[in-house]
Amino acid sequence: MTGTKHITIDGQTVPFEEGQTIMEAAAAAGVYIPHLCHHPEFTPHGSCKLCTVKVNGRSASSCTFPAAEGQEVLNNSDELNADRKRLTQMLFVEGNHFCPSCEKSGNCQLQAVGYHLNMLDNHYPHFFALRDVDASHPDVLVDRNRCIFCSLCVRASHQEGKDVFGIVGRGINKHLAVNSESGKLADSDLSVDDRAAHICPTGAILVRGTAFKVPIGQRLYDHHDIDEVSLGASHE
Amino acid sequence: MESFIKQLTEKYQHQSTQLLMILREVQAQYFHVPSQAIDLLVTQLDVPKTQILGVIEFYSFLSATPRGRYDIYISDSITDHMLGKKAVADYLCEKLHTPLGTVRADGLVSIANSSCTGLCDQGPAILVNGHAVGRLNKARIDEIAALIQQKTPVTEWPTSLLQVDDNVQKSGLLLDSHLEKGAAIEAAWQRGLEQTLHEVEKAGLRGRGGAGYTTAWKWHLCYEGYEEDSFCDISVHKQPQRYVVCNADEGEPGTFKDRILLNSYAHELIEGMTLCASIIKSNQGFIYLRGEYLHLYSKLNAVIAERRAAGLLGANILGKNFDFDVEVRLGLGAYICGEESALIESLEGKMGVPRNRPPYPVTSGYLNKPTVVNNVETFVAAAHIGLHGGDWFAAHGTEKSKGTKILSISGDCARPGIYEYPFGTTIKTILEDCGAEDVLGIQVGGPSGTFISNKEFDRKIAFEDLATGGSFIIFNSSRDIFEIVRNFTHFFAHESCGFCTPCRVGTSLMKNQYDKICTGHGSTGDVRELQEIAKLVKSTSHCGLGQTAAQPILTTLERYPELYNAKLKQISFEPGFDLDGSLAIARKLTGRDDSNAHLAQVEEE
Repeated sequence: MTGTKHITIDGQTVPFEEGQTIMEAAAAAGVYIPHLCHHPEFTPHGSCKLCTVKVNGRSASSCTFPAAEGQEVLNNSDELNADRKRLTQMLFVEGNHFCPSCEKSGNCQLQAVGYHLNMLDNHYPHFFALRDVDASHPDVLVDRNRCIFCSLCVRASHQEGKDVFGIVGRGINKHLAVNSESGKLADSDLSVDDRAAHICPTGAILVRGTAFKVPIGQRLYDHHDIDEVSLGASHE
Repeated sequence: MESFIKQLTEKYQHQSTQLLMILREVQAQYFHVPSQAIDLLVTQLDVPKTQILGVIEFYSFLSATPRGRYDIYISDSITDHMLGKKAVADYLCEKLHTPLGTVRADGLVSIANSSCTGLCDQGPAILVNGHAVGRLNKARIDEIAALIQQKTPVTEWPTSLLQVDDNVQKSGLLLDSHLEKGAAIEAAWQRGLEQTLHEVEKAGLRGRGGAGYTTAWKWHLCYEGYEEDSFCDISVHKQPQRYVVCNADEGEPGTFKDRILLNSYAHELIEGMTLCASIIKSNQGFIYLRGEYLHLYSKLNAVIAERRAAGLLGANILGKNFDFDVEVRLGLGAYICGEESALIESLEGKMGVPRNRPPYPVTSGYLNKPTVVNNVETFVAAAHIGLHGGDWFAAHGTEKSKGTKILSISGDCARPGIYEYPFGTTIKTILEDCGAEDVLGIQVGGPSGTFISNKEFDRKIAFEDLATGGSFIIFNSSRDIFEIVRNFTHFFAHESCGFCTPCRVGTSLMKNQYDKICTGHGSTGDVRELQEIAKLVKSTSHCGLGQTAAQPILTTLERYPELYNAKLKQISFEPGFDLDGSLAIARKLTGRDDSNAHLAQVEEE
């Protein structure tokens, strides 16, 4: 390997290492690309499509697309951010997200991305989906109304060798399922210490007894934009 | 049940990749997949329960709740509608005392809609316990109802009902003649395998599924790997295991040409697969057969057995010290599995969710091994090229699209069926041949293709003009564009796998938005909104399904803006729901239906 390889993002030169995705190269260089299903510690999933960028003029998910020498990447454009806002609004109307009454408010990445993209309404008609809550587990609550199918809990639990969660079904009828004989969380192998219990970017999986420890108004995204938080985390 | 599941898993050697085949048999036995069976399979196959639940919910032909002992699916393709599906379905439901979408109380019959079953040239069609019955009319429905009443197993129904015709109207390079069995393989070895790959390249053969990737290049990459593929694990390529997969999951509404190839040209198909295997050094092939073509399953297996007996499959083929075998695996009703990486997931016994690419199947496909996935027609063409050479093939067609294309022609024409044309043939010629008159427009390449108007008949079938996987649906001027597009838009929402946000949510939004316009509740703003959603779904979706799901809307909006305008209400805003319709329950409860119980939905002057 001779010399460092580079791509450009919005005109800024960004170095990358062989095997890195555009998202990884961007994060390392302090460039924020909005995302929800991506987490630096897990295999990229590429499903939320918020991280869609233009690579040499063509749309690609930056979390899964490999960086390659000389790519010209467009990220922070009005057009792409408008698309991202619409995709976020799609996630809002598909499920049942009522931020003012949600325990996760202020710590929720879906909400924070909405703030970041200046999302002021839901735009699309609501689906009013009927979704279940699973309150069987003593330590962890699953509220499927807030699931955005990012599969982070699925990936985390798989990595822990437990496979507690799975996304099942097709199309708009997809839902989060629990791997136990009764289908209830209480009968699964989940423990409150599992990474899977803490990884949810929204309020779909909550650790009980912690919801209001930090008052609303003093929470992470109440004071920090998600770009700053996200880049801080990847620099740790 | 325990012994049944045990025998079943033993038959499939406890392979979790066989999950779909296993669940198909469980469904056939119990008319659903009972929860006890799921728990037994979790143990027997050592897979997470969520994988089994996922598969059951993902595929249309599996069910967690009991279906009827005669489980009927009515093909809901636009082509069936044009042949009178609605009236036929109503009569069938009435005759069997089973409303659409229900299971009869005695458990004998269930009826539901299904996406296109590939009998567009002989519809309206249904599937009964997986077996296709076409050309439905009152007399045939009476016959079916009587057979069901007598509880005659479908396999014992008269062949007049179960007969599916090839219906070849015009043959060309590929359909004119049959190859002598083994001739292409023999010729390839004589010529040299590397030279044969050059012949495939020289032939200019491109994938017949519609996308048109260069076949020789695909085979080459599978064998060699990408030179500069940073995501490809080089050690993978040192491992000899590679796979050849035939995509026989033609689910594009209006397509049925593979049905004919699989039925009457299976030797050519498997010969093509064998040729590919010898070039890329593979010893195992799969034919992924769409569940709707169950009637071809045993036929294909018979052809495979015949070829094994003739030394054309199995160990030491034709004494060349080359081993290769083919297994047929059935799909279970999911259009998305026609996408090659979703097909591979399905072959592995999972939900058909398209993978992230790169890596591409040629470097990491079935079980993460290098895999060639080609269309049925591509393999058939490859077999012919193997025997006759590249120049023979390249002498036909256009500069960029060599050879011929087999079209499935249906809709408003005198002679629907299979037509083989050299690439470059004009739409005009095709319409004359099949006897189409007073044409309004044609859906070329199915819903995911292009809707062309009657001003475009000089256009050509070619990758550089109108690319198509083979679907060719003709509409005459009596047809309603809105009903056509609505049918297609509902189809995509139904078939979206749900993996990515824009397709999962966007196809449903498009469906609802389109319905609003169709039912006369749309305003100018609604069309603008529809267009915006359509563009977003097209530009940000994960795979070809989402990227093309908006095609019917976008291509008709472009061609018939005046029709859309005429459909709109002349006010600036319309709510997302029917205000007056929403009061129906209140009217019913209060027993009122006077004018004051209705809302006027036009702006007062």
